[in-house]
Amino acid sequence: MAASTAVLLDVKGASRSFGGLKALSEVSLHINKGELIGLIGPNGAGKTTLFNLLTGVYPPSTGKIMLNNESVGGMKPFKINHKGAARTFQNIRLFTAMTVLENVKIAFHQHARHSLFSSMLRLPKHFKGEQEITQKAMDILKIFNLADQSEETAGNLSYGNQRRLEIARALAAGPKLLLLDEPAAGMNPNETRDLMNLIAWIREEFDLTILLIEHDMSLVMGVCNRIYVLDRGILIADGTPVEIRNNPKVIEAYLGQEA
Amino acid sequence: MKNMNKKFWMGIILALAFYGIVQVLLTTGIFNDVTRSMLLLIGVNVMLAVSLNLINGITGQFSIGHAGFMSVGAYTSAILTLDYDVPFILAIIIGGIVAAIFGVLIGMPTLRLNGDYLAIATLGFGEIIRIVLLNTEYVGGASGLSGIPAKSTWTIIFFFTLFTVVLINNFIRSTHGRACLAIRENEIAAEAMGINTTMYKVIAFTIGALFAGMAGGLSAHTFYVITPGSFNFLKSFEILVMVVLGGLGSTAGSIVGAVFVTLLYTYLREFPEWRMIIYSIVLIMMMIFRPSGLLGKTKINFGKLGKKEAKANGSIDSSTP
Repeated sequence: MAASTAVLLDVKGASRSFGGLKALSEVSLHINKGELIGLIGPNGAGKTTLFNLLTGVYPPSTGKIMLNNESVGGMKPFKINHKGAARTFQNIRLFTAMTVLENVKIAFHQHARHSLFSSMLRLPKHFKGEQEITQKAMDILKIFNLADQSEETAGNLSYGNQRRLEIARALAAGPKLLLLDEPAAGMNPNETRDLMNLIAWIREEFDLTILLIEHDMSLVMGVCNRIYVLDRGILIADGTPVEIRNNPKVIEAYLGQEA
Repeated sequence: MKNMNKKFWMGIILALAFYGIVQVLLTTGIFNDVTRSMLLLIGVNVMLAVSLNLINGITGQFSIGHAGFMSVGAYTSAILTLDYDVPFILAIIIGGIVAAIFGVLIGMPTLRLNGDYLAIATLGFGEIIRIVLLNTEYVGGASGLSGIPAKSTWTIIFFFTLFTVVLINNFIRSTHGRACLAIRENEIAAEAMGINTTMYKVIAFTIGALFAGMAGGLSAHTFYVITPGSFNFLKSFEILVMVVLGGLGSTAGSIVGAVFVTLLYTYLREFPEWRMIIYSIVLIMMMIFRPSGLLGKTKINFGKLGKKEAKANGSIDSSTP
């Protein structure tokens, strides 16, 4: 674990209902700076709903979400992104008709210093700003070994590379907290291992805190500092991988009650 | 970066050459009045199509109220030149700005809507403007405004059109234009990547309205008369046809579409009842054989081929996406 124990994300009693369905109830969790936290649970447990609350896709019905000591509950997604939380999606959401490079450039948009006005009139500021964005985007693509495919249309990438591009794009926004929604879904064991090594590496390199949803147990157990377990909208356990593995509640949630 | 600049200036030079040739043909009388008014109409239609493409093709917001913005610009500038003796160019620009203000006012509430709902809302807006004009005595009601000075010359329309294409194209090819494209591609992801999607939709809508308003003002000062009827739903539809024919999302396509539709319009002038039928047939054929439009996603690279393509475009051009 990282030396600093300052809390980056603090969720207090967050609930979310859709009509009569309570998708999340009274979820409280915290993530310290530099941690890699796993979020697991059976299908329909509310993992993605929690991600959606954290990134502002919808506001929490009740409860508080603090990012870096600032309340972000109910903020619009783009604002939360500016505050330092970037995510990937379970079902990949790339800008498929745009090039790989353009996809990453979008995430740099918020840091662009050239105005609409200077772009429309092609003032020197525009060229400087665009060059800067291109440069930074290429740097990110190099890390993900996608640089030589930068002019390829994103939709034409292989499945694994689309997943990697989505992470690259999230990283380009310059987040403190990176939320990965099943990044290894659909990958074979080799690809998964490479991806996990990459995630571990960017975590060090970019000084990131990561929250990871994953179904592959061995993978989660292997890399995470701590794990939270959700079941039917309720947080049923948290602790180190060893603690989680031996937690009877978790075993019950996954395998059903003992007869 | 330098390469991009080179392409840009290549386009400008070709456009200016085109302007010069037409200007000579007009002054020597080789082009008659019919051809002249067709050229003016092409310019106006290119402005309309390129500005609508920014909203529909680039940002992916399906708007069919473009004639509404056009009429706001047309009436504003006509009133300014008729009643207040405002200099012509200034009147056109003010007309555009007033249309842009309408763009903001209409955009803010309606851009929360998606797809069909937005289309219906913008259609409603266009009709409301028309009905209001129809019932306002000050602007002549159903008979409209007449005696508008015919100050739109080839030179003025050409440079306004060039200006429109260059500015909108510059917008599209910047980080701001990419933000709009991202909204079209995946709105949820764009928002999650830090794009203020509401703001960029309103920006696209406003810029589109600005240039549609200017196009309206120029057309009012070409044809002496404007009536509410000339800005009805069919006009909005006609602009949409130009954009779809040329290829949604392609500036060059919008230009080609505008030229094509204007030629069709001019040569079918004798048979107005056939016009809509032919539009429809052309559209159906297009959807069957080339659903992405005439130019679709092809990019024109002036550095490489240039001249041939520019000729096909018939009108001004620039480094297009």
